[in-house]
Amino acid sequence: MQIYLPIAEMSVNVFWVLGLGAMVGFLSGLFGVGGGFLMTPLLIFIGVPPAVAVGTQANQLVGAGVSGVMYHWRKRNVDVKLGLVMQAGGIVGTVLGVLLFGMLQRLGHIDLVISLSYVIFLGGISGLMLMESVRALFRGRRKGATRGKLHHHTWLHGLPFKMRFPRSRLYISVLLPVGIGFIGGVLVAIMGIGGGFLLVPAMIYILGMPTTLVAGTSLLQIILTTGVAAVLQAATNHTVDILLALMLLVGGVLGAQLGSRASGYLKGEQARALLALTVLGVAVKLAVDLVLTPDDLYSITTTAGPK
Amino acid sequence: MTVPRRKKVMVMLALLAFCMPTPWMPARAQTLVADLSSHLIAITTGFTGTDVVLFGAIDQPGDVAVVIEGPETSQTVRRKDRIAGIWINNETLKFSHVPGFYGVASNKPLDALLPPAVAQRHEIGLDHVRMLPRVDADAATVAEFRAALIRNKQREGLYGTEVGEVVFLGQRLFRTSISFPANVPIGLYTVSVYLIRDRDVVGAQTTPLAVSKIGFSADIFDFAQHDGLAYGVMGVLLAVGAGWLAGSVFRKG
Repeated sequence: MQIYLPIAEMSVNVFWVLGLGAMVGFLSGLFGVGGGFLMTPLLIFIGVPPAVAVGTQANQLVGAGVSGVMYHWRKRNVDVKLGLVMQAGGIVGTVLGVLLFGMLQRLGHIDLVISLSYVIFLGGISGLMLMESVRALFRGRRKGATRGKLHHHTWLHGLPFKMRFPRSRLYISVLLPVGIGFIGGVLVAIMGIGGGFLLVPAMIYILGMPTTLVAGTSLLQIILTTGVAAVLQAATNHTVDILLALMLLVGGVLGAQLGSRASGYLKGEQARALLALTVLGVAVKLAVDLVLTPDDLYSITTTAGPK
Repeated sequence: MTVPRRKKVMVMLALLAFCMPTPWMPARAQTLVADLSSHLIAITTGFTGTDVVLFGAIDQPGDVAVVIEGPETSQTVRRKDRIAGIWINNETLKFSHVPGFYGVASNKPLDALLPPAVAQRHEIGLDHVRMLPRVDADAATVAEFRAALIRNKQREGLYGTEVGEVVFLGQRLFRTSISFPANVPIGLYTVSVYLIRDRDVVGAQTTPLAVSKIGFSADIFDFAQHDGLAYGVMGVLLAVGAGWLAGSVFRKG
C-alpha cells in the first residue's frame, strides 16, 4: 500500500516504513538508545530529503522516548533530577544546533557535516565502547580476575558547582551533566539523533552513573531535547513530516517494547558490545561513502520556487 | 478547507484561460487544436504518479511536437572535489528560470523535424531547455554544469530521458501520453503543442495544467507551511500520545 508523504513529497510503501520503524525501535529498546543514528541514514537512503529525515526523526524520537521511559519508570530505573539537569544543557544545544543546521544548509555543506559528524562521533565512541566491552567480556570469562578501582579521581571531580544526585549516588559538578546534555542537544539538531549512543557511555564513564539507571535517564533527557528540536525544525525549516513520523512511531514503539523486554536477557557488556558493533558498522559505511568517488560529482538543490 | 482550495484552483485555471497568448500563432485560421484529458493533477494521500493524455487534431498534414514545462525554479549545482581524501562540494553555479519539470514528445526524431535554431527559439528538446546561469562563467563551465543539472533532474524522474512518442491516428488526429512521477513539483505547468511543416513551426497552442495537493495531504502541507509552530507542537503531542498509548497497552499485555 503506497502513501504520499506531504512534506517529504514522495510516495512510500506503508508496510516498509512500519517495518523500518519496528526494526530500529527494537534496537533502541534493546540498547536504551534512541535509534536515530540508524533511522536517519536509512531514511536518507530510501530517498527522504536529508533535512526532512533529520526533522521528522526528532519528532518520532519523542514518542519512542516516552514509551521507553515508561518501561524504565516502572522498574524505577530513572534518575529524574539528573535527567532534568541534563535537559537544561540539551535545550541550549538544540537551539544552537537548529541555527547551525540552517546556516550549513545555505552554504551547501550540510550533507558533508552530517556524514562527517556520524563518522567522527559514531566511529570514535563505538571504537572505545567496543574495546571496553571486549575487555569486560574477557575479564568476565576468567574467574577471580581482579577488579579495577571502584572510583577513580580525575580533574573532572575538581569542577565547581557540585550537586548531589541521590538516586545515582553521585556528588558531581553540575557542569558535567549540563555539558553532556548540551552536546546531545547539538547532535539532535544536526544529526537527527537523540544522542543516546553518546549520552549512554558519557553517563557511565564520565559521570560514573550506575549502569541500570543510564538507559531510562538518557531517554528522559532525549524526550525534551528532541521535542524542542522537532518544534524548532517545524517552525523554522518546515521539515517535519507528521505522516512519516507517525508511521515510524507505530512501528517504533512496538519494536521498542519488545526490545526493552529482550534487554533483560542480555548482560550489560554484551549489549554494549553489540551496540558498539552496530554503530561502528554505520560509521564505516558512511566513511567509505565519503572517500569513494561518487557516481555523479555534481548535485543540485532547489533554492527558489516550488520544491 | 478543501472547498476554498478547489475554488482557488478553478480561479487559477480560469485566469490562465484568459492569459494564454500564443505568440507564434499565425493570424490565419486555427490549424491546430489540442487538449488534455485532465487539467488538474490532484496529489492526494494515495498519489503515486499519474499519466495525462494529450489529444488533438490538425487540419493539414504536418508534424507535431509537444513540450511540457513545470513551474520555474532556481537551482544550485555543486561539484564535488577531492580535498584531503574526501569528496567535498566545491565549485557552485546557480541557474534561474529552470523549469521544475520538463518533457518533450514528437512523432519523428527532433533533429529530423527542426533545425537547432528553431528548436532553440521554442525551447523544444533537452538541449534547448531554458536555464540562465546567474554569474558570468565561461561557456565550457556553464555547459558542464548545465549538463549536470539535466542529468540530476533526469535521475529524479523530473526531466524526460528520451523523447516521448506522438502517435497519429490517420493523418489528422494525434495523441500522446505524459507521465508524472510521485515527486512531481506542485504549481502551474504549460503544455505547448507545436505544428511543424517544412522544418519550421507554423502553429502552436498552449494549454495549462495545474499540479496541486488536494485533501488530507494538502491540509497537512498547508498547516506545516502557514503555522509551523503550531504544527510542530501538534506533532510532538501526537508523538507523546502514541508513545504513552503504547507504553500503557504493553503494561497490561
